[in-house]
This record gives sequence, C-alpha cells and structure tokens, in this order.
Amino acid sequence: MPTDRSDEFVVFDSVQKSYDGEILVVKDLNLSMPKGEFLTMLGPSGSGKTTCLMMLAGFETATHGDIRLDGKPINNIPPHKRGIGMVFQNYALFPHMTIGENLGFPLEVRGMGKSEREAKITRALGMVQMEDFVNRRPAQLSGGQQQRVALARALVFEPELVLMDEPLGALDKQLREHMQFEITRLAHDLGITTVYVTHDQTEALTMSDRVAVFNDGRIQQLAPPEDLYERPENSFVAQFIGENNKLDGVVETINGEHCTVRLDDGTLVDAQPVNVSQAGERTRVSIRPERVESNPERLHPDAHLIDAEVLEFIYMGDTFRTRLRVAGNQDFVMKYRNAQDQPRYQKGDKIRIGWRPEDCRALDA
Amino acid sequence: MMSTQATDHDERSMDARGGEPLKRSLARALRRQKIRALLLIAPLLAFIVLGFLMPIGSMLFRSVENPQITDILPRTVVALADWDADSNELPSEAVYTALVSDLRIAIEERTAMTMARRMNYEMAGFTTMVRRASRPLRRLDDDATGPFRELMIEAHDDWGDVATWRALKAYSSPYTVGYYLSAVDYTMVSGEIEPLPDNRSIHLMLFWRTAWMSGLICFLTLLLGYPVAFLLANVKERYANLLLIMVLLPFWTSLLVRTSAWKVLLQEQGVINQLLVWIGLVADDNRLAMINNKFGVIVAMTHILLPFMILPLYSVMKTVPPSYVRAAKSLGANDWTAFWRVYFPQSVPGIGAGAILVFIMAVGYYITPELVGGPSGMFISNRIAHQWNVSGNWGLVGALGTILLVAVLVLYWVYDKIVGIDNVKLG
Repeated sequence: MPTDRSDEFVVFDSVQKSYDGEILVVKDLNLSMPKGEFLTMLGPSGSGKTTCLMMLAGFETATHGDIRLDGKPINNIPPHKRGIGMVFQNYALFPHMTIGENLGFPLEVRGMGKSEREAKITRALGMVQMEDFVNRRPAQLSGGQQQRVALARALVFEPELVLMDEPLGALDKQLREHMQFEITRLAHDLGITTVYVTHDQTEALTMSDRVAVFNDGRIQQLAPPEDLYERPENSFVAQFIGENNKLDGVVETINGEHCTVRLDDGTLVDAQPVNVSQAGERTRVSIRPERVESNPERLHPDAHLIDAEVLEFIYMGDTFRTRLRVAGNQDFVMKYRNAQDQPRYQKGDKIRIGWRPEDCRALDA
Repeated sequence: MMSTQATDHDERSMDARGGEPLKRSLARALRRQKIRALLLIAPLLAFIVLGFLMPIGSMLFRSVENPQITDILPRTVVALADWDADSNELPSEAVYTALVSDLRIAIEERTAMTMARRMNYEMAGFTTMVRRASRPLRRLDDDATGPFRELMIEAHDDWGDVATWRALKAYSSPYTVGYYLSAVDYTMVSGEIEPLPDNRSIHLMLFWRTAWMSGLICFLTLLLGYPVAFLLANVKERYANLLLIMVLLPFWTSLLVRTSAWKVLLQEQGVINQLLVWIGLVADDNRLAMINNKFGVIVAMTHILLPFMILPLYSVMKTVPPSYVRAAKSLGANDWTAFWRVYFPQSVPGIGAGAILVFIMAVGYYITPELVGGPSGMFISNRIAHQWNVSGNWGLVGALGTILLVAVLVLYWVYDKIVGIDNVKLG
C-alpha cells in the first residue's frame, strides 16, 4: 500500500494505556507527525502527556493500539534499538563520567572507533558551545550547561527523532527563554523531528510547529500555536492557553457564523459559535483580555458594547490590567498596553467596554 | 595609653545596644547554647571515655608493660647486668646470692609465683623451677651464706642452665616488646629475636585466616546481598517494605539463636545431613562435616552479616534515579551495558560502605567462630579470649588486640586511599 510516509513519520494509532487495569491514563490517542516537525505535548500533570512520550521512547508499553515510527510498528522494539534521542527532566547526565565520556557513550555502544567518536563529540559540543568542557564532570557544570550537554548527548548519535521531557523545568526564567530559542534553532537547523513535553504554555507556544493540548488522557486540540490561542476549540483549551474571560449563558439564536447568547444575568451578547449547534444549549463564552477595549476611539464599529464597573486597576509597567465586574462576573479582566492615549481608571468607575464579535467564542459549557 | 584608647574606640564602635561590646554579648548569648549542647552529649562522652577510650589505653599500656621481673627480683636484675649472656658460662655466685635473697623475700610476700608465671609464658617449666627452689629456700637460715649456686641447681637442674639466665636477662626490663614478639610468633628468650618453633607458632596463621575468611565472607555477602538490595530499591514501596522486614528479621533474633540454628542444620546428625542421607546422596557412615570447621563459620557468618551489606547498598541504590538507566537505554545501551556502565558505578559507594562494615565486623567476630568454628575455624579473637580466660596472659592479649586494631586502621587508611571514604555512603 503506497502511503506518503513523509507525513507520517511518527504515528499513534488508537493508543490506550492503563497502569492498573482500571483507569485509562491515555484514552484513544491518534496522532501523526511529519518528518522535521517540532510538536509539543502540553497539558497539566496527570494528563497523559509524559506517558505518551514514555511509550514512544519504549519505557512504557501501550495497552492497546499501534505506535509507528517511519512506517514500522515499534511496540515490540526495546528502547535501546529504537534509536530515539531523549533529553530528561533532570538531564540524567552520568555523574561518574566526564562530559566527553557522556557524549561518547551512545557512540561507544554502537561500536564506533575512537577517532570518529572524538570528531562527533567535538561537533556535538560545538553545536551547544560547550567544547571547552569536554573533560569536566557534570557536577562541575551549572544547570544551564548541563542542559546543553544533555541536548548534545541526545543529538550526538544523529537520531531522526528526539524526545524532550520538560527539559527546561529546572532552569530560571531568563535561561529558560534563552534555551527555548536554542533548542528550536538546533531542531530546525538539523531537521530533527522533535516531540517536546511541557506544562508551560509559553514554552509550547513559542517553540512549536504544532501543539497537542492534553487533558484527561485525550488530545483536546492539536493545532499550530496561533490557532490554539486565537481559535480554541473548547473551554479547556481556552482556559489552559493564555488568560481568558469566561461568561456563562444559553444560546438564544444561532445562524451560521453568528449566534447570540443570553448570559445568566440577562445580558445579550453576540458571539461566534464554535462548538454549539442549536438554540437553548448552555455555553461558555470566551474573550481574551487583550481583545477587550474601553477606549471609544479604538473600538471597532461593529463592536458589541456592554456596561462594566472597575473593581481593580493594576499598573504592570508595560501594560495595565483592569479587573471588572461584567454581567455579574467579577473576574473579568481587560488588558491593554501602557500608552499616552490610553485611559487610567479608579476603583468604582463605571465604563463601557466592547469587543469584536469574532473575538467572542461560544464554547462548550 | 594610646593603644588602650584605640581599643576603647574600636569596642565602642562595635557596641551592642546596652553599651556592651558586641563580641562579648554574642559570646554570652551563645554560652547557654553551648552549655546545653555539652550537657546533652555529656553522658555519652563520659561513657565513651570510661568504657571505650580508657580500656583501649589500658590495653595499649599492658601490651608493653613488664614490671614483674624488676619488681620481684630487683637485686638479681642488677647483678645480671654485668653478666655476659653470650659467654656460655653460668653467672657468678654473686648473681645466685642476689637471686636467693630476692626469692626469699618474694616467697615471704607471696609474689614469687607471679614472677614465675610471667617467665612461664616465655619459657615453659619456669613455675616448676621456682616451686622446687622455694622449699630449700624456706628452710634456709636468715643469715645463711653461700654458696647458693649448688643449692639452686640441686633444687632444679635448669637453674644451672645458661638458657634460664638468658631468658631472665632478656625479659628483665620494665617495658618490653616481648608480648608483641610472641603475638607474631617470635621470641627473645635466648637474648636474640628468633622465630618460635613451628609447633608453637599459631598467631600469624590465625591473623591470616581471620583476614582471608573475613574477606571471603565479605565477598559472599556482596554476592548474595547485591541482587536483594537491587530488588528492594526497584520494587513498589509496599513490596519493598515487606522485603525489608524480611531482611531485618535476623536483626531481631538473638545472635546465639541464629548461630545455634546453624548448628542444628549443619551438624552430622543435623537437618541437612539427614536429608542428604535420606535422598541417598551421602552414605550414612560418611556424613558431610559442615560444622566445627571453616565451612560452618563462613556459612553462619555470611548469613549473620548479610543485613549489614544489604542496608547500605539499599540506601545508596534508592538514591540512584531511574532516569540514568533510561537515559543509557535511550542512548542505545542494552540492559546489561546500561547496568554495568551506568547503574553499577552509581552503587559503588554502597558496596564500599557495606564491604568495610562487614569486613571490620567479621575481623573482630568472636561468638560464631567459637560456637561453630572448632579448632580449624578459630579466629584471632578466639585466641585472644583464650589467652585472657585460660592463660591470664594480659600482656599478650593487649599485644594481639593492638595489632588487630592497627591492622583495621591501616586497612581503613588503604581503603580511604583507594575508594575514598567520602565515596562511602551509609544512607
């Protein structure tokens, strides 16, 4: 059967996983990755993302379903024969070996000669600017340096697929941001297919070609970062990715690309129906805080206007963050850039706010 | 005057609130803490000083102390100083006169036999010589004059033997290396240091046997304990707890009971022999000798010391993150390579701790070799106990004990050089 394998380099085909025979940690996972893609599995802890990674690496076996790598089922191939590079959360650099020996290890077990080994070690360390540390021990390196070495070790034997299990979790913010950039650069330069696991949504959005949002053992949405943020397909994704205002209500009318929602306090709002299909359905309307406007000059002509009361005005430097009471919801947040022409509010101010109907998405309740 | 002012100024600049120098108020604030800390450790400190350091000091002292000859035969020792031990001639009449007057006082004060026993450790038969001589000496008048040489030789022939006098002269100093010499199977009874005849040499052989058997026991506990510790560290917690209890169970059973249990199992009419005879593997009249020999000691001690190997191994293995082995496998290592190249090196500190613990405990083991060892399974500690209880030769006990102590310290030092004591983890 001639299939285009370049689009199906890694495939999860209705994969299930249970540890105790009672609870499914992964429920019916279907995923297919083309070669060279950087895919992130994002989700809260216990959502099944790490289990998926471990099944791909071979440290866990799928209870049901197939995992295929480059067209071949790998369920019965032991981890050491899969040829998948892996970066671990705590780096897992072997403490009794020098950096050079750590990198030489995968080459040595493949029976590679000494001179060839050394050339590859130097090249791999060069990729992460760590050539000078070849004779140090892991304990003599900082967290960021260990991270680079772990990356180099996962790449040194030139695997086509690299898995990363929350590799930046232990680093401080600045270093983390720098490493995010370096990892994506390396992955793209070398054309490696990468599966990256994290619970940090910023990391997921900035690094990935596509993000798979996991919750409750299922992929909730699999989409490029922009789609994920702009067009979440359900409330979980909307809540999990970025900040989000939610207003609960019932669909009153629905007409193709538009619907009206009667909120619980009686206010009527226009929204874009995403996963509501008929009038009378309960829904949760979601609006991003930065899409809410209060400055009349900036409001779009089609904008839907609604009354709000300022509960809190927070100065955050580059932005202002205003907490409002909107349609009975006290946690409604409006966020805008700090600029000369932007208004500043006091607690208790009564204002009118608005947003474009397409920024207001009616999702599942 | 200037300097005082400067000091005053300095102190004032460091004043605490009440106008008191900061250092002094800090010291006062800490004093209570220090006193309390000292009080807390005081009982144990006193106990260690009295029960541990003092006995060791006394042991060291007893191993070189040799007052019996100089105290009891002072005139003889002085008189013997002029005698040439290499001359092959008996000492002069003056020496015999001194001996007779020393012995008469010693017999009066009932110290003669103390001296005789001391010499008897080095030269068998000395007590008999003194006992024989004491009878004519007691009958002697207070103002009796010589010649005494004939009198002594008549009492016992050996008083006319040059060897006797050489021995007396050799061991007449108040401090001696004599005990250490006999602890390593040497003697200076003839005035020269020379090895003891083979039929009296036992200590070096016992030291060597103690060392190699302890090493073997240590190796066997490692061989048996490593897989158990590995299992303990890698199974689910509830199974690990159950297993741990099974490992610790022997700890809660008396050492004597466990050793006796091995006696029941291993003796000629014991469980194992009966079973083998019943199966027909062993003839009834040719039962295996598994007790009162080295085999019994090795089996029983390996069993008894096993927890001391397992526990440090376990505590170290528990700290090895499973991600190391996973990383090794993801890098292409098969199970064995991942274990040998990555896991095993991480567990070496545990092996080090277990090995040193088991070896040092084994070297000093007494009760098990005593109960199941027999003559061929005897350890140096059994010999020390024998010298203490039966011969009462405390000097030799001290010397043997000191050698054992020094040997363990040297081993510890060598071990530190090779393994590095910082690499040893007990948990």
